[in-house]
Amino acid sequence: MPNIPWELSYLVYLLAAVLFIFCLKMLCHPRTAVRGNLTGALGMLLAVLATVPLALKEGAEKPISSTLGVLLAGLVVGGIIGAVLAIRVRMTAMPQMVALLNGFGGGASVLVAGAELLQRNLKGLSTPWDVALATVLSGVIGAVTFFGSLVAFAKLEEYRWFRKPIRYPAQQPINALLGLIVLGLGAASFLHPGNGWLYLALVVVCSVLGLTLVNPIGGADMPVVIAMLNSYSGLAAAATGFVINNAVLIISGALVGASGVILSQLMCKAMNRSLVNVIFGVFTAEEDTAKADEIYAGRVKATSAEEIAMLFDSARRVVFVPGYGMAVAQAQHAVSQLAALLESRGVEVEFAIHPVAGRMPGHMNVLLAEAEVPYEKLKEMDEINPTFSQTDVAVVIGANDVVNPLARTDPNSPIAGMPILDVDKARTVVVIKRSLSPGFAGIPNPLFAADNTLMYFADGKKAILDIVQAIKEGA
Amino acid sequence: MLVGLDMLVWATVEAQPVQEAARTPLVVNLAIFVLACFVGYEVITKIPPLLHTPLMSGSNAISGITLVGSLVAAGSGFTAIWSTEAAISILGFLAVVFATINVVGGFLVTDRMLGMFKRKE
Repeated sequence: MPNIPWELSYLVYLLAAVLFIFCLKMLCHPRTAVRGNLTGALGMLLAVLATVPLALKEGAEKPISSTLGVLLAGLVVGGIIGAVLAIRVRMTAMPQMVALLNGFGGGASVLVAGAELLQRNLKGLSTPWDVALATVLSGVIGAVTFFGSLVAFAKLEEYRWFRKPIRYPAQQPINALLGLIVLGLGAASFLHPGNGWLYLALVVVCSVLGLTLVNPIGGADMPVVIAMLNSYSGLAAAATGFVINNAVLIISGALVGASGVILSQLMCKAMNRSLVNVIFGVFTAEEDTAKADEIYAGRVKATSAEEIAMLFDSARRVVFVPGYGMAVAQAQHAVSQLAALLESRGVEVEFAIHPVAGRMPGHMNVLLAEAEVPYEKLKEMDEINPTFSQTDVAVVIGANDVVNPLARTDPNSPIAGMPILDVDKARTVVVIKRSLSPGFAGIPNPLFAADNTLMYFADGKKAILDIVQAIKEGA
Repeated sequence: MLVGLDMLVWATVEAQPVQEAARTPLVVNLAIFVLACFVGYEVITKIPPLLHTPLMSGSNAISGITLVGSLVAAGSGFTAIWSTEAAISILGFLAVVFATINVVGGFLVTDRMLGMFKRKE
């Protein structure tokens, strides 16, 4: 291995950091985004290539199988797992995938900080207070991220034990107690920076805390959780940068941290809830069936595919409003097909995307892009809301709380003040839904009983395909 | 003995302080961190909601930069199996695996997703 001066490696790190910033800048537009992502990958490749000589210099006198061998084995194993995950994942499973990746990032930070701690002991280096603090932070944030992400993954995959939050008494006091233990162990670990057992204990307790923190959080709050874990994985990387004294980790970690914070803020705003409320305020959904009967009684009009086809015949503008239900029913391709059919008949078609529709930020956009809906047709809430009054038919598929007018009208509702898509202003609203069951907020939706609403009770995908069939037969 | 004596280094606190090669002062690292946060905030607020999922997976891949630290730990080498050196290598190996999953998985899946965002022909 040629003897490369470390300054050269650090210049390459600087270049990598610049490429990461360009990567994010180019993600601002779908036209440049693909190249942006490749730019980021190039930066990472350069950073890795610059590191290998540094890594091998450390163990120059050791057997090569224990240096280059271990290093390459790690790259190969990780590379294969990563590639298989990325190539095989379904687009509907993207939230799980991102949750899992977040977790691995956090896990890596814990391990690197631990390895560095042992390394300093071995070399007999004294640990300055800032390195000790950064090590504690890497361990805490990384472990919470890793196990929190695993729980989020299990919930999104709907593994049997994770479909409902696991209930046990005194959840909040237990979390508080765990928090205190983390503080205590963190302080001890900070004061005795060479003690590996203290660090290990800290990581174990933080792992449990990661589990108990994410466990009670429900499905519709997942976008916030994933965005936050994303932010944590960045902060853990930055903390590790302070531990190993490497600016490229600090810069990249800060970029990712900022991204996660911005996204969680946006998601919270779109639900009109505070971050604290999402994390600690368990959403108490009270099943108010009496009230639901009162709202729905005798006012809900069921419809059929044929009737909807006739509606479309006279429509000039149609807006689709997708929600998580569309992902569950895997109906995105059918919806795209229906949209294309309507367009070929001269109807103006657009899609209204609520910021928290789905299980992660931008979830619906990815699904519809997969189904080959051109991205110009995917409209944000602020842009599409003023157009509903000129819309002939609004088709709600698999969305509920994000189109609930109670958010505007009932100040006592749990979703009061949440910005919603104003579908009720359209001339006719078609809601495709299996039943009148409430959404995540657990409240009835007066939209379903409105005068201009027709309910089509069916599975999302089958319903859309039936409508396509009915239109073709009618023509 | 199954566990070598030098495993005990794990538990020993501050053996004999040795002067380390120059570290960047904390304030400089902090300045870098804070400025990078601002850059991140400015750049990322401009990304439209349309691309928020690719943003998450892409930024995820970037946070896999811990790979740099992981490689150093994994490549540090060992001579005996039961030693602190080997423990460092194991931690390093696992860290490389985790971070590489993050990097390769993140960039690949982002590329797959972005390839699907098309304009109207």
